[in-house]
Amino acid sequence: MGLIDKKIIDNKRTSRLFWNNTAMVVFFLCTLVGLLVLAMLIYDTLNDGLRFLRWDFITNFASARNVEVSGFYGAIIGSLWLMLVTAPVAIILSVSTALYLEEYARKGRVTDFIKINISNLAGVPSVVFGLLGLGLFVRAMSMGNSVLAAGLTLALMILPVIAVASQEAIRAVPSSVREASIGMGATKWQTVSRIVLPAAIPGIITGIILALSRAIGETAPLVVIGVPTTLLRTPSSVMDPFQAMPMQIYSWVKMPQHDFSDLAATGIIVLLAILLAMNSVAIFIRNKFSRKY
Amino acid sequence: MTKNYNVQEMIDKNKSNSSNTIEKLIPTILFLITSISILATIAILYILASESIEFFRRIPFIDFITGTDWRPYSGDAQYGIWALISGTFRIVIIAAIFAMPIGLGAAIYLSEYSSDTIRRIIKPILEVLAGVPTVVYGYFAINFVTPILRSIWSEVDLFNAISPGIVVGIMIIPMIASLSEDAMSSVPRAMREGSYGMGATKIETTFKVVIPAAISGIMASFVLAISRAIGETMIVSIAAGSNPNFSLDITSTLQTMTAFIVQITSGDTAFGTDIYYSLYAVGLTLFFFTFLMNMISIWISKRFREEY
Repeated sequence: MGLIDKKIIDNKRTSRLFWNNTAMVVFFLCTLVGLLVLAMLIYDTLNDGLRFLRWDFITNFASARNVEVSGFYGAIIGSLWLMLVTAPVAIILSVSTALYLEEYARKGRVTDFIKINISNLAGVPSVVFGLLGLGLFVRAMSMGNSVLAAGLTLALMILPVIAVASQEAIRAVPSSVREASIGMGATKWQTVSRIVLPAAIPGIITGIILALSRAIGETAPLVVIGVPTTLLRTPSSVMDPFQAMPMQIYSWVKMPQHDFSDLAATGIIVLLAILLAMNSVAIFIRNKFSRKY
Repeated sequence: MTKNYNVQEMIDKNKSNSSNTIEKLIPTILFLITSISILATIAILYILASESIEFFRRIPFIDFITGTDWRPYSGDAQYGIWALISGTFRIVIIAAIFAMPIGLGAAIYLSEYSSDTIRRIIKPILEVLAGVPTVVYGYFAINFVTPILRSIWSEVDLFNAISPGIVVGIMIIPMIASLSEDAMSSVPRAMREGSYGMGATKIETTFKVVIPAAISGIMASFVLAISRAIGETMIVSIAAGSNPNFSLDITSTLQTMTAFIVQITSGDTAFGTDIYYSLYAVGLTLFFFTFLMNMISIWISKRFREEY
């Protein structure tokens, strides 16, 4: 027998150890809830939607009468147009904001105010951004329910997401790298544009892709702006009306006939596949190119 | 004959005027672009406020803020915001009851119990769950959760508060889990080891040391998640119906603030009618609530932060 009798101690700890192990199981189950829901969601949509998933679905316009020939073509092309407006605007706005805040801004009230403002903007519900788009772009600037109006609205909506991700990426570049560049005689902007930005670019691109995949699935602002549910042509300029994938899915879900609800599931399969591809690219870039200092 | 080199002159010569102008212009340009984010906030406030003022010119503010009847389409139209607030409230409460324990439990497991391998598998899955578009969650609510609920509880209508409430809860779980996990992971190891050294079990350490130390981050994640639930639109538009009523009934149809905005804008409401302006009054109320929540979350994380 040693100095400490393990048996006595374990006897005293039995109930405590029991709670410890039960709790671990409970917490593990909590973690599984997410996985389980994702599995059910994917099973449910595949189960309902697979029967309409044919090549026609990708190449046909939507039809409100015949489920068999109804398709997703207008919605896919419309969403692409939307991203062509949203992506450049959002990237220019948010990366510049991040560069200013991290590299140039002096500590003080103005900078604090800008930071709080950005985190507040991130918390504004998407439907309120829709009201902003309706009041500002659609009516005041009379853009109508065009690609441009919706694209600018979504760009403002994802601005805080990309800005925060870019700020983190820029902050992760160590100051020794900057000092080395300044020490070699480079100017501030030369350092920022040739040293800091290239080093931070993998993190920034990851943030951009994740934000765009959020924008591409966003429905509420498009409903508020008045994106049409049936439109049998694709836009030919940014001032044209358009269709979008989440919008089309929403209008199918709302239809009373059961077949259209299954068609919505087919649309969801396509949308989720596109989102999954975008997310994989983002994760790949993050793992492959992110440099550790 | 020797030529004298003056280094200072050479540097000055090489610093061309154009690069100097760029150096001076860049900060100004970047600042101007940065201020667009402030302009966006001002534009949101201006549009919501100016259109709401027009609404309150037609409908007395006191009726809006105290009324419990929301019937914009009927002959004597009623605009009592509490009917919509009570809808939002029911959804948020159900979502919070469902998501807070599960989200926190997942955060505890990921931060305190799981191995690195499991964490590396589960965290991307939670990210995927966070990236699912809300219209997809809406479809899931009406086509999967509602039928199951109705088969086990016959009083539940086709449109109800429980199904969208649960699904909104599912939507905010990843947010609570990942933000709370961040807060708990940043509690220094030494504190845990101190607790283990005193003979505490893992669960005791978690509840008596780690969670109290990370409480500011955890509370902030709850508040942010509630703010997200208040603003959630598509799930409630699809699965909660469009019948505003002031009650605590969770088995029958209701309408939230966000769902009202979607219902009106997806129809053909003419510009300039009372209903059109009511959109902005509801939007302003919605903005007020989410703004309040965001401010509370910022305040919590500043006020209760413990620095180690």
